Amino acid sequence: MKKNNSIWTFFASVRLAIFTLSFLALSSIIGTIIPQGESSTFYVQKFGPKMAQFFQVLDIPDMYYSWWFVGLLGILSCNLIICSLDRFPAVLKIIRADNFSVPVNRLAKMRERKSWSMLTSDFNGPGLSDILKRNGWKPQSKKTDNGELFFSQKGAWSRTGVYIVHTSILIILAGGIIGHFLGFKGSVMIPETKSSSKIYSYDNSTPIDLGFEVRCDSFAIEYYDNGMPRDYRSSLTILENGKEVLQRDIEVNSPLTYKGITFYQSSYEGYQDFVVTIKNSVTDKSKNFVASFQKQKLWEEAGIRFGVINAEGMGKRIVRSKLWVKVGDAPAVIEWVEDGKEITAGSDNNYKISVKQMYATGLQVARDPGVWLVYIGCGLMLLGLFIAFFMSHKRIWLSIQRDDDKTSSLLLSGSANKNRTDFSRQFSLLAEQLSKKIGSTEL
Amino acid sequence: MDSSQLLGITTFTYLFSTLLYVAILVFKTARLGRIATGFTFIAWLIQTAGLILRWRESYQMGIGHAPLTNMYESVVFFAWVIVILYLLIEWKFKTKIIGAFAVPFAFLAMAYASFSTDISQTINPLVPALQSNWLIAHVVTCFVGYAAFAVAAALGIMYLVKKMMKNGEDSSARPTTLPPLATIDDIIHKTMVFGFIWLTAGIITGAVWANSAWGTYWSWDPKETWSLITWFLYAITLHARYTRGWSGTKIAVLSIFGFMAVIFTYYGVNFLLAGLHSYGSS
Ligand code: HEM
Repeated sequence: MKKNNSIWTFFASVRLAIFTLSFLALSSIIGTIIPQGESSTFYVQKFGPKMAQFFQVLDIPDMYYSWWFVGLLGILSCNLIICSLDRFPAVLKIIRADNFSVPVNRLAKMRERKSWSMLTSDFNGPGLSDILKRNGWKPQSKKTDNGELFFSQKGAWSRTGVYIVHTSILIILAGGIIGHFLGFKGSVMIPETKSSSKIYSYDNSTPIDLGFEVRCDSFAIEYYDNGMPRDYRSSLTILENGKEVLQRDIEVNSPLTYKGITFYQSSYEGYQDFVVTIKNSVTDKSKNFVASFQKQKLWEEAGIRFGVINAEGMGKRIVRSKLWVKVGDAPAVIEWVEDGKEITAGSDNNYKISVKQMYATGLQVARDPGVWLVYIGCGLMLLGLFIAFFMSHKRIWLSIQRDDDKTSSLLLSGSANKNRTDFSRQFSLLAEQLSKKIGSTEL
Repeated sequence: MDSSQLLGITTFTYLFSTLLYVAILVFKTARLGRIATGFTFIAWLIQTAGLILRWRESYQMGIGHAPLTNMYESVVFFAWVIVILYLLIEWKFKTKIIGAFAVPFAFLAMAYASFSTDISQTINPLVPALQSNWLIAHVVTCFVGYAAFAVAAALGIMYLVKKMMKNGEDSSARPTTLPPLATIDDIIHKTMVFGFIWLTAGIITGAVWANSAWGTYWSWDPKETWSLITWFLYAITLHARYTRGWSGTKIAVLSIFGFMAVIFTYYGVNFLLAGLHSYGSS
């Protein structure tokens, strides 16, 4: 019934696979030439209103998510599913086949075969099967009417390799779909010392509630000697209902994940303001302040007044700042401080003060519940390709038959579904050893 | 002796290797074969030393990283893999003449790396996005794949040349003539299969890297898309061969087409199309 159904046949064909893959490959080129995801005015300006309208119909500005491209991926998926359903049962049958039931006349016609006749009816079955064992085969044996049949196979399951590859494609696509519909991607800029519980979606800039807060404790850039950036680093704290639950530094290539939401270091912004950190070295208590240029600030609790009265920069980057600090009634301290360095103040020099330019860290934020499926699919694909290309199903049979009272004949035959030259070599070696053992004429 | 001198020498030694392999064909002297192989192997050792030295130099500069991070280094690595792959094929299939077709690819790559004004040879520190072990895995896997495809294309050209010379049917495997068509066809298939696995791994490691740096494993930027197009092309070729029985000329032509897609992915996209990967172009 299945086989007669023309829709089934259509979707089970490799011809369709080749067509779909070619169409996907060719049409994918369009999106690498025509910029994707620009505003509609961009396309009108660049390609003219007629063309822009045509683009709109075919969803060219977002072609990899357009109805027709997704449709092609859908056809590919149906093709893969139906083709596999169509063929897999036959493969399973071969894997599970009773290889002892292969008739001797079929064995005598296999691609790899060799036969001997022995001038004895008293053959040494175990001795011959030992030779198979020594060559890495694990033969099973079965008594036949007038002799014995040995069979051994390797890698029967390697026939599933191709199906693993094809399934892995479906798994990756499923992972992509789950990520697309159940995940989000967005970004947020968080100034140092501030926190945010919302991020902004890439698709339409709508705010997305995280369900917790992220605070940027500090942001730092390190530079190489030649001025190239070496490292961007943000210290982030996660807060649940105002309580700190997790603190971690992130860098490019080393994100932070909390409750399935991942924060990636992606950009930064420098401000005209400063972050002043004051630490009491006796009590170890410290506090961060945001100070505007040339504005006095006060830490009431400790009775410290301070401000940044001057600053020196390189481009937009501030290298050192002049701090003014007055602890209680002690005389004010005025000193140049390099970015990230400390000065001391107070009667016993018990306050350590540092100052740096204030930054906002730019975070890319993503939730993708499908990514694990994608990774599993990728792993399976590599595994499946390895099996499909480098492993094969090899089978050998050794049949011993008593012909009459004086003679018996021996037949070694075998087959492999792939890498036949390799198998052929193994087979010849085996045949040679058998020849030596029986020391008799070959047929 | 610094790395750029060693790598500069390699360029010329690969040219000379090519000439030696061509000479086997022209003068029909089998003895040249051993000389060509020996010379090519020494040239490859020099290049290996150059790569190791460049690696060390980057550490001496205090910005240590494997020499696999920009256009220059990747092209040099590409040539290096082509030659070792070729030597392995020569050893496994006991045929020399393929060198006359495969080694020129290594020479052209080295010449381009050394003399093109598009490429800077200086060792630069890595910007934060490139500081990832996934980058190394990505470059190694991709370029092993690309090199295998280069060798497959070389064999494809060789197949077509042999076919045109109309001595296609002689099946003798003398060391001074082109190998039989069936042998070339078999090696094309094997190198393509080998390249396909590595390209697959290259695309996957690239996706993992992108996900750890930006939170998207696939963003359809032109480079990614072109690598997928190339992957589709080889998938089509493998299916055509395996399920529709294509072989010979058709597969030889496809091996050349496939490699053109590789070149576009690798070179064309950087210079003709814009995208995320553009920082890899200097
Ligand atoms: C990009 C997607 C695909 C990839 C990467 C892929 C990969 C493979 C691989 C590696 C093989 C083994 C070839 C060999 O052993 O030389 C194979 C075989 C095969 N593929 Fe695909 N395939 C894809 C899509 C499809 C589709 C859509 C179909 C749908 C019909 C299909 C049908 C087949 C069939 C029938 C075989 C032969 C299986 C056999 O008889 O052993 N493939 N594929």
